Amino acid sequence: MNAFLDRYGSQIARLTFEHVWLTASAMLFAVAIAVPLGILLTRREALARPVLAFTNILQTIPSLALFGLLLPVPFLGDHAARLAIVALIGYALLPILRNTYAGIRGIDPELVDVANALGMTGTQRLFRVELPLSASFILAGIRTATVTCVGIATIAAAIGAGGLGELIFRGVASVDNGLVLAGAVPAALLALCADGLLGLAEKRLVVRR
Amino acid sequence: MATHGVEFADVSFTVGGRSILRGVSLHVAHGTTTALLGRSGSGKTTLLRTVNALVRPTGGRVLVDGRDVASEDVIALRRGIGYVIQETGLFPHMTVGRNVRLPFEVRGRFAGHFDEADREVEQALDSVGLSYAEYCDRYPWQLSGGQRQRAGVARALATKPKVLLMDEPFGALDPLTRAEMQTMLRELLRRTGLTTLIVTHDLDEALYLADRVVLLDEGAVVADLASKDVRTSSNEAMREYVAATHREVPQ
Repeated sequence: MNAFLDRYGSQIARLTFEHVWLTASAMLFAVAIAVPLGILLTRREALARPVLAFTNILQTIPSLALFGLLLPVPFLGDHAARLAIVALIGYALLPILRNTYAGIRGIDPELVDVANALGMTGTQRLFRVELPLSASFILAGIRTATVTCVGIATIAAAIGAGGLGELIFRGVASVDNGLVLAGAVPAALLALCADGLLGLAEKRLVVRR
Repeated sequence: MATHGVEFADVSFTVGGRSILRGVSLHVAHGTTTALLGRSGSGKTTLLRTVNALVRPTGGRVLVDGRDVASEDVIALRRGIGYVIQETGLFPHMTVGRNVRLPFEVRGRFAGHFDEADREVEQALDSVGLSYAEYCDRYPWQLSGGQRQRAGVARALATKPKVLLMDEPFGALDPLTRAEMQTMLRELLRRTGLTTLIVTHDLDEALYLADRVVLLDEGAVVADLASKDVRTSSNEAMREYVAATHREVPQ
């Protein structure tokens, strides 16, 4: 075990860092896109169905296929990490978008009425009422998306984007179970950590009634 | 006819082929309290909500202080009208103090001047019998139903609106708390001289609080009486309502 860590320890650390970096940047972009878009959908109901359907389709594309499909795209294809981040964003969109939309739509309509009756503008209602009341719900979406992305990011190694998947692919190719585990265990731990931390934050945001 | 107060001129509201309001005409004089009475689905809540434009009538006009609601800026209009609903009206993620300060915040008044705002909040809470020191930092879930409704009334009155709308404000309370609230509100309405519309299905509440009782049925006014005349009225619909309220237990 010690000999194994001596040999692969620094690699595991570097790839774990890469893995976190890939996932975190994808999540940042995904949140920046999906939360405002989800809010927009609550204001433009007609868009909700088609947009949610589209992100739903994105979600169903097998990840290996999506990485492959994006390869010939200019600007993306020549940078594996860039490509991986774009693909991960695609997978992260749906859970965040759906929870933002459903979270705001699910607010007690009487509270929305009261907000309107107080003479709140749309922006005031959004920041003072709708976002605080749906925050835990939105964060739950971010949590689902993050855990999914930590998993999918392992596949990014197939196109040379790095991350813990690299150890897994190498282990599979050389029939070395130790190497597979050296990638899989930290990846699983990462997912568990992200899930736990975001879960804590989510609990704090729950509004008691 | 005086143009002050709230006036409904042939107001109708139809949604999905269903007529909720059918040509309601009514004038609530400035400084008086009118109760809208009727069974569930009679359109009384919908009528109330046309005043602060939460419902847009499909026919007729609603005038507040002589001005057509439809042509007013809706944000400004609503900021001049207090609105109290049953049970859920306080925002659960805000303390009582924050809830009551909200109408000021929304107007951008007192931005940064917390002392001034706090004084107004204190006054408002005081007027409904809640101690500022004790309740300001509590969340709605930490209050009893009666205290919540008091805070709701305080919020509606904090900015001294011209008109107060109440939708079954005490519907979820037990009879004892409800009586306390009615006493408090009656005194408050007499003192402030607000133009008030209260939706209720409770005849006794209507008589206790209002100068006038309007009975709605299937979206139309079927009785419109001064409170003191209600019990002795020969109006068929009102007699039926009075009788239903005071039934004798069969032996």
